Formats: sequence, C-alpha cells, structure tokens
Amino acid sequence: MNTKAFQKIYTKIENITKATCTIHAEGVANEEMAYVDGRPAQVVKIKGKEVTLQVFTGTAGIKTNSEVVFTGKAPTIKLSDDLRGRFFNAYGDPIDGGAPVEGREVEIGGPSVNPVRRQQPSQFIPTGIAGIDLNNTLVTGQKIPFFADPDQPFNQVMADVALRAEADMIILGGMGLSNDDYLYYKARFDNAGALDRIISFINTTDDAPVERLLVPDMALTTAEYFAVEKQMKVLVLLTDVTLYADALAIVSNRMDQIPSKDSMPGSLYSDLAKIYEKAVQFPDGGSITIIAVTTLSGGDITHAIPDNTGYITEGQLYLRRDSDIGKVIVDPFRSLSRLKQLVIGKVTREDHPQVMNTCVRLYADAANAKTKQENGFDLSDYDERCISYASEYARELLAIDIDINAVKMLDTAWDILGKYFKPEEVGMKQSLMDTYWKGN
Amino acid sequence: MSTKGKVIGVVANMVTLKVDGPVGQNEICFIDLKGEKLMAEVIKITGDAVAVQVFESTRGLYVGCEATFEDRMLEVTLGPGMLSKIYDGLQNDLEKMEGVFLKRGDYTYALDADKKWDFKPFVAVGDEIESGAWLGEVLEGWLPHRIMAPFNLKGTAKVTSIVAEGSYLSSDTIAVITTADGESLSLTMEMKWPVKKEIRAYKHKPRPFKLFETGVRTLDTLNPIAEGGTGFTPGPFGAGKTVLQHALAKNAEADIIVMVACGERANEVVEIFHEFPELIDPRSGRTLMERTVIIANTSNMPVAAREASVYTGMTIAEYYRSMGLKVLLLADSTSRWAQALREMSNRMEELPGQDAFPMDLSAIIANFYSRAGFVELNNGKTGSITFLGSVSPAGGNLKEPVTESTQKASRCFYSLDQGRADSKRYPSIHPLDSYSKYSEYPEVMEYLNSRLQPNWSDMIVEMKDILLRGKEAKDQINILGDDSVPVEYHVIYNKSEVIDSSILQQDAFDAIDSSCPMERQQYMTNIVMDICGHSFDFSGYEEIGGYFRKINNIIRQMNYQEFKSEKFLSLEKELAALVDEKKIDLTAAERRADELLELVEERSAERVAQ
Repeated sequence: MNTKAFQKIYTKIENITKATCTIHAEGVANEEMAYVDGRPAQVVKIKGKEVTLQVFTGTAGIKTNSEVVFTGKAPTIKLSDDLRGRFFNAYGDPIDGGAPVEGREVEIGGPSVNPVRRQQPSQFIPTGIAGIDLNNTLVTGQKIPFFADPDQPFNQVMADVALRAEADMIILGGMGLSNDDYLYYKARFDNAGALDRIISFINTTDDAPVERLLVPDMALTTAEYFAVEKQMKVLVLLTDVTLYADALAIVSNRMDQIPSKDSMPGSLYSDLAKIYEKAVQFPDGGSITIIAVTTLSGGDITHAIPDNTGYITEGQLYLRRDSDIGKVIVDPFRSLSRLKQLVIGKVTREDHPQVMNTCVRLYADAANAKTKQENGFDLSDYDERCISYASEYARELLAIDIDINAVKMLDTAWDILGKYFKPEEVGMKQSLMDTYWKGN
Repeated sequence: MSTKGKVIGVVANMVTLKVDGPVGQNEICFIDLKGEKLMAEVIKITGDAVAVQVFESTRGLYVGCEATFEDRMLEVTLGPGMLSKIYDGLQNDLEKMEGVFLKRGDYTYALDADKKWDFKPFVAVGDEIESGAWLGEVLEGWLPHRIMAPFNLKGTAKVTSIVAEGSYLSSDTIAVITTADGESLSLTMEMKWPVKKEIRAYKHKPRPFKLFETGVRTLDTLNPIAEGGTGFTPGPFGAGKTVLQHALAKNAEADIIVMVACGERANEVVEIFHEFPELIDPRSGRTLMERTVIIANTSNMPVAAREASVYTGMTIAEYYRSMGLKVLLLADSTSRWAQALREMSNRMEELPGQDAFPMDLSAIIANFYSRAGFVELNNGKTGSITFLGSVSPAGGNLKEPVTESTQKASRCFYSLDQGRADSKRYPSIHPLDSYSKYSEYPEVMEYLNSRLQPNWSDMIVEMKDILLRGKEAKDQINILGDDSVPVEYHVIYNKSEVIDSSILQQDAFDAIDSSCPMERQQYMTNIVMDICGHSFDFSGYEEIGGYFRKINNIIRQMNYQEFKSEKFLSLEKELAALVDEKKIDLTAAERRADELLELVEERSAERVAQ
C-alpha cells in the first residue's frame, strides 16, 4: 500500500472490536475505502467526528496506534480488455501471479439501470441439458439460482451450462469457494480452451469471510463493462450466495443491528436484489445473465436466504437424485424458469409450451401412482403406463448428462408420449396433435 | 427563509442533520452532495438533531454537507398527462431521464410542461363550488379528464373568474376562486397532494355492492371481488402472484389501472412496458397502455422510495376516482413495502415487534387498505378504487406479520397454493381456502342474481360443496384404495375435477382463454353444473376416470375456442352426446331417494371406518 503525498494519516484508533475500529477523522465520505495497518477497510458509519471502519480481514493484531489511511473513494476496479483470462481476489488484485491490470478505474456497485431503458429478454440460451431447455428454458438477461444441497453436483452442471451457453464472456464470482472447487473450475475452463473469455473473482474459504461482500460487485461491475461497452453477452456465475448472505449477517451482527428471520439482517431482500437485479438485457445488444448457487441446509427452502432469493430471481433450478434411473435429474416439479414464456413456442418450436406442460402433468400423475403403489394398492392400467412413462421421461430428458438440441428434445418427448398414452389422455390442442402426434 | 441543516452522521440511508430552524415530521429536504441534490424525508426529530431517510444511495456523503428543508411533505403532482406514464416511487417520469443508468439526484417533472390541453369549462363566474368540484375538462388521450377544485377546500367557494374554452398549459391559471374565508386562490390544471393523506373530496363511502369483473373465472365465479373492494393474494414464490396481477391488469373492467411494482423484479415491469402498448383492451378497442399508469420501483431501487411508491400509486388512483372513474389499483408486493418499513425502523433502533417488523405495521396496512372503496362524489356521481395487493410471505408461511395484518384489513383473500402450482393448475388460487366476504353481502348476492340468473348464488355454493366433497372423496380414495370405496366416491371426485379443470383452471397465455367475460363464465358454469347434477351409470371405478378425462378434454377445447363459434358449438354437441351416453335420467323423486341412499352409505362407511 503506497501512500500518496496529500493523504492524511491517522495514528490514533479510539475503539477496536472484532471487525471494526473507530477513529476521529474529518471530511471522510460514507462507504469510502481506507487501509488500517495496511489492511483494506471501508467506512460504514459516521457520527460527528467518529468514523467507524469495517476491516475486511478482521482486526486481530491492530494496535491503537496503527496507521489509518483514507483513499478518498469507494472500492474500485480497473477495467480493460486485459482482465480476460485472469484470476483476482475480492479486491481485484491478481492471484494468478500475473501483473496488476491497468485500465479505467470505476467504483464498484454503481447505479441501477433505468427500468424503461431495459429491453425485454428474448434470446434463448440453449444448454443442451433437456431438463433445463425443455421445462426451465433460460433466457439472456435472466437471473436464476440452483437451489442445491451441498452434496449435489451443482458446480459441474454450472460449468457445463457456462461452457455450452455460447456466452461472449463468463465471469465467475466465487464466494467461500473451497480451494478444490476453485481448481475444478479453473481446470474445466482451461481444458475447454475457453480461458480467454473467462474472468474470475475468487474468495476461497482460506480468505476472510467479510471480503466476500465485495465479490459480486466486482464481478458485476466488470460484467457491465463488457456488456455495455463491448455489447457482449455476459454470463455471471455466482457461487455460493448463501455464504455471501452469511457474511452479511456477520457484519450486521457486529453493527448491533436487530436480526430478523433466521438471524439474517432485515435488509437481506434489498441486499440480494441489488446483486441479482444487475441481470439485464441492454438496448444495444449486450446482456448480463446471472446463474447462481444457493446451498440449502437439509433442503429447507423456507430459510430466509433461499426464500428471499426465490422472490428476487426469475425462477430456480433444483437437482434431485432419481433412484428409478440412478441418475441426477433436474427436478421438473420444483424447478421453474419465469422467463421461459418469452421464448418457448416463439424462438423454439410452437409445440414447446404444451409439450412441456403435458409431460410434467403426466409425470405428476406418475408420482401419484407411485404413492398408490407404495401404499400397497392395485394400479390401474393408466397408472402403470404413467410409471413406465416417468422413468423413460427422466432417463431421456431430465437427466443432467443429456446433451441434445431443442428440436431433438421435443421430438423425443412426442416419441415418449406416443409410446405410452392415448391422444385424449394428453389433452393438447388438436392442431398440435394433428401435426406432431406419433402414437396411435 | 427556509430551514437549513448540516450532516452530522451517516448510517446506510439514514442521515442525521443538525438544523437551524423549525422542521416538521415527514418534511422533505434536499442534501447537497457536491452539487448532487439528494431527496430525503424527516423520520425522527430529537432537539436540533433530525434523522432523515434518504431516497438515494448515500455513498460519498460526509459530515458538513448542507441540507435545505422544503416546508412540505412528500407529495405528487396531479393533473392531465399521467396516463401511460412510467414513474418511479417518487413520481419522477422515468422516460425523461437520460442514459441507460439511473443518475442519483435526477428528478424529473411528472407531467408534460410544454403540452397544451384543450380546456372546456363547466362552471361560470359566481358558481358555488365544493372541494373536488369539476371545473372543466380536457381530453387526456381518450379520457375526459376533469379539472377539479382543490381537495382541501373547506366549505364552499365562489368562482370569481374562469377562462374561456381554449388551449392552455397545465400550469396556466384557469380559474380564480374566493374561499369562505375570503381568500382568493388561483387554480391551474395541476395540483400537489401529500401522498400519505387520503383525498376525501366525496360525500360518503357506501358498502360495495357491484361485481367487479376481472375475467378470471376462479375469482368472478367462485370468489368475486366487488367494485371498490379490497383483496390480497399471498403465496410462496413461484405460485403465480405476478402472472395473476398482470392478468387482472389486462382483463379487468376498469377505466384506469394503476400498477405499483413495489420492490419487485425489473424484468416483470419491462414485460408490461413491452406488452401493454401492443395489447388491445377488448372493451374499448384501445391499447392497454392508454388506460394504465405504472409506478416502477423495482427491488434494486432505493428502499425509502419503495415505501413511498404504494402511497404515490394510491394518491394517483384517488385523483382519478374523484373524476367519477372506476380505478383498479394493483400493488406487487406489499411485503416489500413492509420490509422497507422494517429496515428504517431497525436503523432508528426502535424496539421491534414480531419478526423485527415495526409495532404499528398492522395499523399502517389497515390504514392503507381503507383508502380504497366505492364513493359517492359531492356531485352525485360515483367512483371507485378496487385494490388488490399481493403479499410474499416469508417461507410461504401465512403465519407471519404482513399476511396476518393484511388479512385483517382486506375483504377478499385469494390464497395461492403451492400444491396447485406444482401440478401446473393455474391460476393456483385455492378454491376452498380462499374467500370473498362480498359474496356474503346480501346486496352483492342480489346484484349477481338479478344480473345473471336467479339461482346464481345458490349454484356457486353448490359448486363449492362439490369441490369440498370431491376433496374429501379423494382423501378417502388415497387412504382406502380405489376398490375399497363406493363408486360414488370416484364419481364425486371426478365431478370436482371437471369443475377444477374447466372453471378454476385458465390459461393466462392463451389469447382466448386468458380473458373470460362474465356471460361466458355463466354459460360454462351452467354446463358444468348440469353435468355435476347428473347421476351416472358406471359398472366399476375403472371406467370412471377415463370417461371424465374425455369430458374434461372437450370442455378444455371449448375454453380455447371463440365463444359460440361453430367449433365451440360442435364441441358442445359432442359433450352433450358424451354426457347422454352415461347419464341416468332420474325423476326428481328418484334423485332425492338416491341422495338419501348416498347419505346412508356415507354414514355406514363412517361407522366402518370407526
């Protein structure tokens, strides 16, 4: 940390807590960055002359006479094309051994897009995973998380989606990522030869948890640069937002705020919305799409973090192990992409919406039949056909190892429907039945 | 000389100012941050230290920044030109802002300053007028927009001058009046009104009695909302709250729609911007946008402005109501508004109530809902605000403060059910958990029976009974198994499924099915209830499911056809033939005997179960 000539240095710290310290200073601005004993810190409260600083790495070892230097600006990042292929920490400093990147310096966490300037998302993002493309179609400018238990293979699916999605730029924001997972992503991107269109901001479990709070803003400010100035389709991957929220709770707790549900700060909804709402389709072609991971504890989606997330994001994706076929599938019941209506049957083939609904409805009938079976009742012929249909549907379309295009996926669905059902049982519009029905 | 202040403290968007003169609670001030003016509202006064909530990001604010007080509360500008506008929560016209990103401290004028309006006077010099009196009108697009006397006028006033018919700016003086106190007031077509105060320029507020048609079958037929009524839709995420709100905005029979997107997703608002100028309102033949005012305060916009947004929407609705119009106000979602209250209460270090919400949450919500209603204006005309708010209960659990407080304040409850949403039965409004208090109002029942058919209310009660019995039968079938229950159980369950699939479910994305006029609802209800009234001849439970699936399929196809088109009528014939195949023609006496038997069987089944 190089101090500049005009900067005022303070050397008397009044108060030190676990995460904050207070000094007497003047002319300090809210949210300004500072360095306390060389460690990055940010102004979180001003009361007269008293300025409270949040020290990201914790205050252990800070003395009452340690040096405090104010930078005169909020956290910033230097933006340029040289960011491509690089790995950074939460402050935007390189962690890949390369030289610091030069570029235009901008404050992170900038203003939001005027809603009337937004375009309606309308570009289909094919992932090849039919469980997503068929039932939970993704669209550019969308924000959607995986709601996953920690043991589920969400990192693999996310990497698959990122690499197949044909994005111009992929930005990975890793929050509390384990070192192994960090290396996994790095290797996947490297092997795919895609490193030059990937930028990563990584906070691993080795780093201080509060530092994570900077990661989404770093990633999204960078995303805005490429989407607005280079008109690129940018895909931002955020993993794991639950750990981000945990860091928010730590800070709010240390600021003596009254916690609301599940010990989370009362502002959790707004805090998460500020991140996710950066997903946007810009008027001149660029877009930011956010795919995130929210890990659940014991599948509990009523916890404040997944709950608030669900109200903000445009749907959510669930993975589930299907014991009938022995594979992980994208759960068709609980998963939802709210923006799919903008593309299905419009960008994709006309039969897409009805095929999707019919398949899921019959899958639900199969679930009822299975319950009946488990309770020891006799199954009707329809029940049995539903059950056979369900396992073929799961194997051919829902499993996460599927990689087929959108036309093939619809044809497969018609094949399966025709194999097990009568026309009146699928209850689709007659015009579609006339064109696509493959059964008797 | 206005009061000035200086910043002495900053925590997030709560700023403390030291002031040099008098300030009022909820007074507005502007804080000057190196030329950027940040709008803020007073929320607490302790001596000369005043806490204000800033409607913008406070990044960069420092001790010593100067503030100027405005000597007014948060207010909106009312006048011609609001239709089709898209405002933020503080009524800034978003279209007038430059650039892709919102700029801090950028406040834009709500009306069109340069537009000339063709004014036609209604009053003459010497006329006595009351508050809210119609002085004249201009044509706002298609709408005869009444220019009204100030809403806070006490007693009567005399018109001392009025301009001739002609074209004027909304800021031009069009009349001068002398109040009872002898004070002379110059009036323009614009007026300011503080958003947190109800516009009470009406004679009285009678009980709502008319049906407010929404085009959504499960509402209009099963749990109707009255014109001037209030309702709310709580539901977990993914249950279809927003789709329902949009469906109402598209199809409801209102003159004016005010939509408040309060702390919700920006893309949902964008959908409205893009769809509404294209979609045609079948009643008027004009685009939907022409009757809509949108308040877009999306979730990433500052929290304090979110709190203001619902009041801004309500005040604009009240303004149009005073012109004798039928206004529908939609707010999505009031939970976000409550959360904004919580964030501020928290920063002020107030003792929290349940789930850290402020203690007076319930009172605030009740007060807001009470501003809706059907009113008789001073001139004898009527106007109404029908209000539907959505609530986003944490964890989908309805036992939380916002839902509970809203339930006390609102007359209709439309519970969005996760189970229905999961099985794609949309709209996912639960037919039995939901209720409309209006359907118990004698005046509403009378209205429906005389407008539709004499037995309408009874028929709907019967329909609910079938749904309930169908649900019970389904539970029994699940517990005991298909073959261990009487065949009648399967029949009643399947009848309830006919109601579900043909009346309750509706395709919001189909051009025809998305909007179902009352006449058509009545027609279909009669068809369905006729089927439900029959007894059927089945040899065993195996054939029942398949038979009713065929019936459901035909009715669904009917729902997708133009009403009474050739195809519709041929499907109807097909349906009648299918029903005739299996139905038993009973005389009334036989049917009673049959019902009696059913009852006996039910009792004996109960005894067996015990």
